[in-house]
This record gives sequence, structure tokens and C-alpha cells, in this order.
Amino acid sequence: MIAYLIRRILYAIPILIGVNLLTFALFFVVNTPDDMARMQLGIKRVTPDAIDKWKQQRGYDKPLFINTSSSSAGTFTDTIFWNKSASMFVFDFGYSDDGRSISHEIAKRMGPSLAIALPTFIIGLVVYVSFALLMTLFRGTVLDWAGVALCVLLMSISGLFYIIGGQFLVSKLWHLVPISGYSGGADSFKFVVLPILIGVVGGIGSSSRWYRTIFLDEIGKDYVRTARAKGLSELRVLFTHVLKNAMIPILTGVVVVIPLLFMGSLLTESFFGIPGLGSYTIDAINAQDFSVVRAMVFLGSVLYIAGLILTDISYTVVDPRVRLS
Amino acid sequence: MIFMPVILWSDALVFLLIGAVISAVLHVRKREHLMLPWRRLAHSSVAMVSTLVLSLFLVIGLLDTLHYRVALSQNSSGETVYSSEVLSVFDKLVTPLRTRTEKTYSAPFALHLYAKESMTDAQGNVVRDYPRLQYGGAHLADESQSSLDVMKRIANGGVVGFLLGCLLAWLLSRRVTRAPVLVSLVMLVTLVGASVELATAYHVLGTDKVGQDVLYLSLKSIRTGLIIGTLTTLVTLPLALFLGVAAGYFRGWVDDVIQYVYTVLSSIPSVLLIAAAVLMMQVTIDTHPDWFETSAARADLRLVALCLILGLTSWTGLCRLLRGETLKLREMEYIQAAQAFGVSSMRILSRHIMPNVMHIILIALVMDFSALVLAEAVLSYVGVGVDPSMISFGTMINGARLEMGREPMVWWSLAAAFVFMLVLVLAANLFADAVRDAFDPRLNRTESKA
Amino acid sequence: MTRLLKVEGLVTRLRDGAAIVDGVSFDIAAGETFALLGESGCGKSMTALSLMRLLPDGIEDHSGSMYLADTPLHSLPEREMRDVRGGRMAMIFQEPGLSLNPVMTVGEQIAEVLALHTGLYGDAALVRCIELLTQVGIPDAARRVTEYPFQMSGGMKQRVMIAMALAGTPKLLIADEPTTALDVTMQAQVLQLLRETQQQSGMGMLLITHDLGVVAENAHRVGVMYAGQIVEQATRGQLFETPLHPYTQKLFAALPDARRSGQPLAAIPGSVPPLGSVVQGCRFASRCDRAWGLCSEQTPAWSEVADGRGVRCHLYVHGIEGGERRKKVRDKRQRLFEVHPPAHSENLLRIDALQVHFPIRKGLLQRTAGYVKAVDGVSLVIPRGHTVALVGESGCGKTTLGKALLGLNPITAGMVSFDGEPLSEVRRGAEMQMVFQDPYASLNPKMRVAEILEEGLTALGIGGDSQERQTHIDSLLDQVGLAKDSKWRYPHEFSGGQRQRIAIARALAVSPQLLICDEPTSALDVSVQAQILNLLKSLQEGLGLSYLFITHNLAVVEYLAHEVCVMYLGRIVERGPTEAVMRNPRHPYTQALLSAVPRIDGTGLEYVRLEGELPSPANPPLGCHFAPRCPQAMPVCANKFPDMTPAGSANHSVCCHLYPLQPN
Repeated sequence: MIAYLIRRILYAIPILIGVNLLTFALFFVVNTPDDMARMQLGIKRVTPDAIDKWKQQRGYDKPLFINTSSSSAGTFTDTIFWNKSASMFVFDFGYSDDGRSISHEIAKRMGPSLAIALPTFIIGLVVYVSFALLMTLFRGTVLDWAGVALCVLLMSISGLFYIIGGQFLVSKLWHLVPISGYSGGADSFKFVVLPILIGVVGGIGSSSRWYRTIFLDEIGKDYVRTARAKGLSELRVLFTHVLKNAMIPILTGVVVVIPLLFMGSLLTESFFGIPGLGSYTIDAINAQDFSVVRAMVFLGSVLYIAGLILTDISYTVVDPRVRLS
Repeated sequence: MIFMPVILWSDALVFLLIGAVISAVLHVRKREHLMLPWRRLAHSSVAMVSTLVLSLFLVIGLLDTLHYRVALSQNSSGETVYSSEVLSVFDKLVTPLRTRTEKTYSAPFALHLYAKESMTDAQGNVVRDYPRLQYGGAHLADESQSSLDVMKRIANGGVVGFLLGCLLAWLLSRRVTRAPVLVSLVMLVTLVGASVELATAYHVLGTDKVGQDVLYLSLKSIRTGLIIGTLTTLVTLPLALFLGVAAGYFRGWVDDVIQYVYTVLSSIPSVLLIAAAVLMMQVTIDTHPDWFETSAARADLRLVALCLILGLTSWTGLCRLLRGETLKLREMEYIQAAQAFGVSSMRILSRHIMPNVMHIILIALVMDFSALVLAEAVLSYVGVGVDPSMISFGTMINGARLEMGREPMVWWSLAAAFVFMLVLVLAANLFADAVRDAFDPRLNRTESKA
Repeated sequence: MTRLLKVEGLVTRLRDGAAIVDGVSFDIAAGETFALLGESGCGKSMTALSLMRLLPDGIEDHSGSMYLADTPLHSLPEREMRDVRGGRMAMIFQEPGLSLNPVMTVGEQIAEVLALHTGLYGDAALVRCIELLTQVGIPDAARRVTEYPFQMSGGMKQRVMIAMALAGTPKLLIADEPTTALDVTMQAQVLQLLRETQQQSGMGMLLITHDLGVVAENAHRVGVMYAGQIVEQATRGQLFETPLHPYTQKLFAALPDARRSGQPLAAIPGSVPPLGSVVQGCRFASRCDRAWGLCSEQTPAWSEVADGRGVRCHLYVHGIEGGERRKKVRDKRQRLFEVHPPAHSENLLRIDALQVHFPIRKGLLQRTAGYVKAVDGVSLVIPRGHTVALVGESGCGKTTLGKALLGLNPITAGMVSFDGEPLSEVRRGAEMQMVFQDPYASLNPKMRVAEILEEGLTALGIGGDSQERQTHIDSLLDQVGLAKDSKWRYPHEFSGGQRQRIAIARALAVSPQLLICDEPTSALDVSVQAQILNLLKSLQEGLGLSYLFITHNLAVVEYLAHEVCVMYLGRIVERGPTEAVMRNPRHPYTQALLSAVPRIDGTGLEYVRLEGELPSPANPPLGCHFAPRCPQAMPVCANKFPDMTPAGSANHSVCCHLYPLQPN
């Protein structure tokens, strides 16, 4: 099993190299740095000098892969690929267009992102699983039908509506919490409660319905019949037998996103003015700050792969078949 | 020629898609066992009602896909010069909606503009007040008559629509026997009738910042949503199908390579990957302004490119699903029987495996549709969606969002976009559910064994 | 006698009103085993689930009365019913692999019952768990109690199921096909365990099975079910002596065995009518060769023939005169098969030291750490026109061997020659073909019958133009007894037996000389199995085909095969003419295998109990593979794999140190 985990971790390396090469190709090969400079400077003001200056400021004036004008080691290290892409493996993301260290920004903004994302994740999971269990318990009845109908309705509503509607109702109409903003201290509760609430409500539809399907799949299996034949009550069958088995497919979808919680949510953070990584990303996209977007792409995939490895580990915890073989 | 048909890239692809759907229908119609799940689908009221709603959207979207440019006066050398504005048949049909633009915001059914202006009244005094709208309710001499007029128009349009609906329902009643379907058909036509009657005289859903009719914007957004939801599948489908099936069937190094590719792609959070790709596409488009004849063509190419990017980033899920299914199928005894005859791999893939994964593909595609429609709004909000000049739910929301802080609030653009989206996505979701139920192989099996 | 269980007029319906169980009445005394016998879909499992009130969703409506001692089960509130379930009445199921919760240890699962019904918790429960596991014959129970189901073999899991059922000290045990998913040696052990447990505890048992042999060895009384009704009820002795209902008689006649090997089996034509399709008349009438007018007009009532013996048939109400008026039975299959293969025919297929090994990859770099030796040096000869049976339990490598011959598994080493020449890739498809086990999985549901049959012709480029091919397909369908118009239909429109006919026609389409039949009847009911076996025999007679018949069903072997090879863990341990091997088995494994088969006539050999489980083919024991389980093992067995030596009669040879090569 240890060997299996080590193999999974080793497998992450070629994946990250692939991600790196892909982003490099996307940012530097599809369009040349000249193109990017031309667009950022605006078509009108473009002069060869301005382009050169723009490139030099950002370190894009070097060759892509091989620097023939440089000496020995510099042939490879004094290139765009080495400075902009390969360096990301040591989490050296360089500087954003406004001259700040991206790594530093990321470290600073992870906290606020987590403050929203982690409670949303945990409360959400509890709510969704409970709701799904409730529907499963009342399966085949009007209650179940109404629950499913509600889920379909909720999942048909755009995520933007939850945010805008929530802000309008709770902040603007009822004046319960400030409409947006964030403070690091103890009073940050009033800032995070609405985004968390909206995050949870927004996910009810699709998640609960998915979990319900998983529960129903499990409940049709033979071991559930055995459990009933023992004389267990329906509730105990559901909570001890079905839940334990259903946790395995639920984990696949859930554990993998845990590391990604650091990245925060793009929409929530930008609407609520939370200085997290989500709003950082969205600002960078709007400002067309390529270095930041590149850094976030790499960081996102590192976290995703960490999530995959975590999923494997969590399997060994909940599934004895994986743990013991 | 007084007009020149224009086939934009997205139009061409839509026509391709329609062709594919028609040939699929012809293929299925000849085969009873393929018809079976569709018949089951036809027995579900929910499915048929949602199909009805979806087809209304589809008709609007299709009319909006037939593009042309109007001929202007001939120039000196006798050549016909065409307007640089690309219109669609739908635009032509709703010309009043398109052309009657006010100065700025106005509320639904309003007679006055939403912003005060300095005006000179009859006495020659300059007053600041809400001016009358140029078009909305302009036929009314007496403003107090407006609600009565609205009622009258609803009644008139409603009755006409109702009668028309009943006629349609009667015509269809021989083929469609389900009461809920016929009732909703009548209701839908009644609603359309009333709206048409109202829209000729009022801005039913108000106007936006530059005075465009919100109803018109909402209707135009439908095509964008449909295009994103369907054209993306043109990219996803072949990639996911061929790679997924090949990985599952051949295993070995083919499987390793394909798995590597989709793990790399899926390990990048999709919003970021889309954002990065769209940013780069924007650079390309912006640095090559000479590629496009009209602004519509540019916006359109950007839409197609967005579909392409969405497709390239979203095929991995379906691919993984198909790979798993193929791994199961290749152990089936009928595949082994074919192998024992020495049937070639390509033939096994096309005759044995692909027909048996089609239901998965269909279910995945209809489920993806609504997710893509919703995604468009989010992406456009983030700034990596469609071209800002293209009318879509996302751009509508994005534009209206800025007015949230206004007192009193300008709510109608947002509401219109959300409601139209909700109806479209809800219908699509219900349809997808019905499709999944009808094509569930577990249901098939019990039926065939009994 | 006190009646432990009394069921009266039990009816269970689907939501659409079709009755799956239709007026079933029976009773069971303490210490008695009552068997419900019937083919798949006859409603026997649903009867059991109705008793437990555990019917699946969608089957709700039921009427009739059920009394467990004095408790009315039919009207008991759900809360009280829960005390009965697992307590006074316990149930074990068909698939032990699926019926245990995969993520709980067996100890936890048994402890649940103890906590509910005996009030034992904690250490006391653990002690009792170990006791129970020991009682059902699980070695090293103290360790096993903390293991998960996936760590156990199928037989072991069924023992755990039994332990779990016994934990509540039930008065009545319902066993729903308890051994169907098990190998024959395991089946014998589990059945013996059930018998012993019953003797000790004096509980009543409802045994549900489709296997007449199981009934013969275990039941005291029998109810025969057909299409939701009990059509005959009798003691075991009565039933096996003189079956009354035509259906029961047919079931007996359809059983293959050695004495019938020269004649066709009495297959029951057609198949069980779909649920709810027969409203009026006898449900068996359409398949009954003794049916007359009345049978399709009037539903036969239950009639007591003698004390405790009853039958649902007009023959026994209207007496002989009813029987006299029956249609003239014409059995066109009365003639004998010409089953005398040419005595010295040349060899069609010759396999020399064939090996099929699958690599096991392990560790960080996925290096090959060893091999699963699925087939490990098998030599075999199939003469033209002969049927050679390959017998063994699941996991012995018999299917792997068959598929390797067809090129579906890679051959690691060894020679295969066909008709005197080395087997070539190109000709393989036209020379031999396969009939697979599961007729539901072996036909592509998306292809028409004609397309299925034509596939091989196209792939091999034979069969002439499309006109000729269509004619060929028509004649193939005729050959396997299907109507011509079936070629435009899809597989889902056919029953299991018909599908297997299509599968046979597909294999025959390319005119092979050898058919590899991989358990072709194990997924079919007895009556349909007889149809297929008859078809295979008549095809052999007509076309001079050779068969490699892979099976675990020894009765079929006796009926069909000329020669038998017994396989154990990748190797052939005994071979010889069917008669010799079956009557006079030499190898201890063959003896154990034969003794484990339940016989309907009580002529079974003395039961040889096999210890332990089939070892893993990745790590076979040194020396003789069978030695660790062999009751007659000697020191030499642990060191050296024995050579093949002649045993007694001609062509009969065996791989066992008990029979050393006699220097002559």
C-alpha cells in the first residue's frame, strides 16, 4: 500500500511537468511576447521601443528555450522557459505587473479564502448528506418527490443569482450584514456569514441529488437486504450499513476538492470584496496580468494533484479492501 | 439582390449539427430497439412538456441563426454595397423591438424614462422631470389609461393566443394524447400571444442603460446560450468518444498516453484553464483585426473559439466515463466471440463498442447542456466569456450588476436574464432527467427479460 | 405434529397487479426441511421474501396468512416483525459475496444480530461470535472474526452468513439457493453443515433450490413451484418415487445422466409463461404433452391425493378417464442417437504442454513479481467427432485454456496443432469456435440476429456473396431450431435458451470442426438445458463436430462426453473414457469431486470431505498441487509433482503418487 502511495506521488511529477509545458505553450508559443505587449500597450501606442521596454520589464526579452548568446549553463537557464516556467516547481512565481511578489501575495490571501471556503465546505457536506439521507429514508413518497423537484429547481438557478439575490435580500433589504468587505479580526464573522450561507445554498441542488443517487444505488444491494433480515430498523440500516458504503463514492468527489479550497471561489470573493485568491485571480484576468494567471494555473493543478493523492489516502481509511490488499 | 446571406462560423457549425441530428433521427427511426427508449421518453409528461419549452427556445435560436446583410444603395461603380450590420431573420421579425430604443433605463411597462431630464413644459419653464418614453406606451394620450390598456392588450393577445393554442392542440391531439402536454401547449401559446400584443406597444421588460428593449436582449441571448450548450459538444464528443473508447479497448501504452493527457488537462482547475486560453485567444484576435469583415464576425468567431475552448477543457469527464465502460464491455462475451472470428479492432470498436456506449454519450450530453448554459453567464461575468458586444445572459447580467447600487434599484435586466435562464435550464434539466430514466440500461434489461 | 410455520393462500403482486406468488400454501414442522423446488422466475425466492416481509420496492401488495408458531406474520406491526427477523426466523441468501457488507468485519456483522436478539454486547458478544464461527467450521475463528468478507472465499462467506443466521437462535431458517454460487465441493460442505446444525438445534428449514440433487439429499418434504404456484407437494420419498404432476415428471426426465447418454433428453418445449399472462387454465398447459381441452379452459384446483400429498392438475381430479382423453403423444425424438464415434479416428486437436501465465506486477516500478499459472502444462488430444469434457472447479483454469486455444488469451508456451499441422492465426477462426456461458452477455444487444451470424463470415471472408450468405444463415437458423424470420430480430426478443441457440448458430456459421463449449448450459434452467444438450448431440451426429466441453456439471459430462479430463489448479490430474473415470475414479480429487455431487437416486459415493480451499494459482504448492487438501497424502506428495501414469483400463491415466508407474 505504501508502495502504491509512493507510486501515486511519483506519478504527480510527469503530470505537473505536463501542466507546466501546457501553460508555457499557451502563454508563450500561441502568442509571442510581442503580441502580448502590443495588446497590453494598445494598438495605437505601439512602437518597437515600447514593446522592447515592456518585454524587458517583465523579462520576456529572452529566447524561449535556448539562449545561444549566453555562456554554458546560461544557455538553458537564461531563457523564458527556465525563468518563467521551470522556476514554478520551486514555487517561485516572479512578480505581477504591479511589481509585487506573487508568492507573497498568495501566502497573504490564502487566509481569507479559507475563511470562506472551509466553512462552506464542511457545513455544505453535512447539509447535503443529511438532506440526501432524508430523501432516501422517504424514498418513493411524496416527500422524496418534492425533495428531488426542489433539487432540480435549485440546480437550474444560476450561481450568480444566489449571490446577487442573497446580497439584495439579506444586506440591502434587511440590513443584516454588510454587503461586502472583509476584516481579518474577530468581527470578520459578519462578513463571512452571508458568503458561506450562499455557498451552501447554491450547492444543495446538485450535491444532494447526487448523494441521493448514491444512497439509492447502495440501498438496492444485497447486503442491505441481509441487514434488514437481521431485524435492524430502517434507520440503523441506513446509518450503519448504507452510509458506510456510500462514503466511498462520496469521498471520491469530495476529498479531491479539499486542497483546492485554498484557491477560494472566484465569484463569491469578487462579489463580496474578500481579499482572497479568488478575487486575486479574477482581478488578474481582468487586468490581463499573465504572470498571475500562470501562477494560479500551476498552483491550482498542484493542489488538485494533492487532492488526488489525498483521495487515495482516504480510500485506505474507509475501504478495507484497499487498505488490506 | 437586396440582401446577402451571411453564414457565420457558428451558423455553419449549427447547420452541421442539425444535419447530424437529422441523420441520427433517420438512423434511429429504422431500428425498433433504438426507438424503444425514445418511445419511453414520449410517454413521460415531464419530458414532453420540457421538450415543448425547449423547442420554443430552439425555434427562436434557429431563426436567429439565419443571418444576412441588407443591401445599401448602389455605389458609383454599380456594385451593390452591403450594410456592415449583420442581421438575422429573427431580428427582422421583431424589428420594432430592435429599433425602438429609448435614451436609457426604463422600467417594465413604464411610460417615463428612469432618469430625470431638463425639459421645457408648455409654459416654457425648464423643469427637471421624468420624460415620456419615445416608444413605450407612446400611443396613449392619457397616462392614466395605461393599466387599462395593458389589461386590454393582455386579454386581446391572450384570447388570440388561446384560440391559436387550442387549434394547435386539436391538430396535435391525434399524435399526442397526454393532457398535460396539450394544456401546457395552450398555455405557452397564450403567453406568447399576450406578450406579442404587449410588446408592440410597451417595453414589457423595460429597457437597459442605452435604452435597448430588455425583452429583445433576452430573446437574443437564447441563441448564444444554445450555441454554447450545443456546439461545445461538437468538440467534446469526438475527442471523448475516440480517446475514451480507444483507451479502454486497446489498454497498454495507448491507455497510458490518453490517461496522461486527460489527467494533465483535468488537473488544471477548469475556470483557470478556460481563462488562460480565452486570454490568449483574445490576444490573437486583438492583434489580427484584419481577419474580420464585420464586428459580428469577430464576436462570432470569439463565440466559436469559446465553444472550442470549453470543449477542449471539458471532454475529460466523458472520456473517463467511456474508458471505464469500454473496459467493462471488452470483457463481454460478444466481444470475445467477435475476436475469436478475427474481426478487426476497428470493426469491433465501431460495431460492438460504440453502439453500446451511445446511451452514456447521450445522457452526458444532455446533462452537460444546462451546465454549459450556466457556465456561460459565469464566464462572461469573469470576463472570459463571449465578446462584450455579443448579447448573452452573461453580458446582460454583467451590465446590470453595476446598477445594483442605484436607488431605487434597476432590477429588470437582471430578473429577465435570470428568469429566461432558469426556464431554459430547468427545461433542459428535466429533459435530461427524463432521458436518463429512459435510457438507463437497468430499465432496459428488466424489460427485455420479462 | 406441531406446525412451526403455516402459510395459507399467500399472494404477492407487483404494483401492476401481476401475481408473482399466487396462492401458495404449505407448512413446516420443527426439525423438518421443506424444499421449494422450481426453475428461475417461478416465484420461490419471492415466497421466502414475503415470509420475511422483505419484498423489494415495487412489490408490495400481498394477502394470505402466515403463522410462525402462533404469531401472525402477515398482520404483525413492522416494529414487532423486526424482532422476528433475525431472531425466530433467519434467512441466508444465494450470493454470499454480495450479501455481506464489504466494509464491516464479519465479527461486527454477527455482533449486530447478537446485540439485537440476545442482548450480548462487547466481550461477551465477541466470545459468542468466535463460538459461532467455530460452530460453522471456520478454522482459526479468533483471527477470522476481525477479517473483512473480501478476505474470505465464497464458501467461507456462506459459512459466515450461516453463523449470522444462527446467532439469533432461529426456530426457522430460510435458505434461498444457499449453494448455487458455490463450487460442488463447497456445496457439499455447506449442505452438510446445514443438516448438522438442524439436527442439533431442531429448527425448521425452508430450503429454496432449483437443484433436484440438493432436494434429494436435504429435504423431508418438497413443494414444486411453477409460475407462481405450488403444483405438487409430497414427501421426498413419494416425489422421487412417483412424481405426479407432468411438470415434475418432465423435470426428472430432463436431467442428464450416464444412463441416458444414448438417448435424447426429454426437454420441455417452450419456456415459462410471462408473469400474469395466463389468467385462465393451467399455467403449464402450453408446454404439457398430456394437456387436453379442459386444461386451457379451467384452472386446475388443488387436490389432495393422499395424506399430505397434493397436486394441481386435472389428471388427478378427473382420474384416468381424463388422462385417457389426452392427446396422442407423439415423441419424434424417441429414436436413439448414433453416438458411436469412430473408434480409431485421427486426432483433430493436439495440445502439448500448454502454458498460460499471467504476470503479477508489484511494487514501485510495477515489475513482474511472479506469474499466475492459470494453465500450467496441459496436454490434451481431441479426436475427430469426439466430445472431450474438461472438468474442474472455478479457478482451475479450464476457461482460460479454452480461450487460449481461440487466441483470446496469450499462450505462454506449448504447442497446439490442428489436424496434424501447427495452428495458424489465420485459420484459427474457421477451424474452431466457441459457445459462451452467458447467453445474455454473448450476443451484442445492438445487432440483429442476421448481422450476428454474418459477422464471422465477413471477418473470415468466406460464404460467398450476400445472396449465398443469406441462404446459409437461413439454413443455420433451421439447424438450431429457430424460425427463419428470427433473423431480423434483436437478441432481447429471445429467451435464454433461444439466445444460446443463436450463439451456437453463430459459431457454426463458419463451419468449424471443433466447438469449444464453455459451460453453455450453466446459466439455463434444467428444462432448457436439456433442449441445448439435445441440440449439441444432434449437431455432432449430423456434422461430425468435435467438442471441447468445459463444465463443472458432472451429470452433463456423463451424459455427453466420450472422454473426461479433470483439471486442478492449472493441470490435468486424471483423464480417461467417461465411463471409466466416472465409475472408477482414481485420483483422490476426482473421488472427492464425484462424491460431492448430490444424486437424486441416492447412489452417490461416500462423501469425501476436502479440507481447506483451492490454493492460489500464483503460488501453487510444491509437489502435487492437491497434496495439502488430499486425505491420502504421503510424504512424497509434498515434494514432487507426480507423472501421468496409466490407471487400470485402457486410456485411463492419472497423476498421483498412489499409482506409481508399474514396470511391466
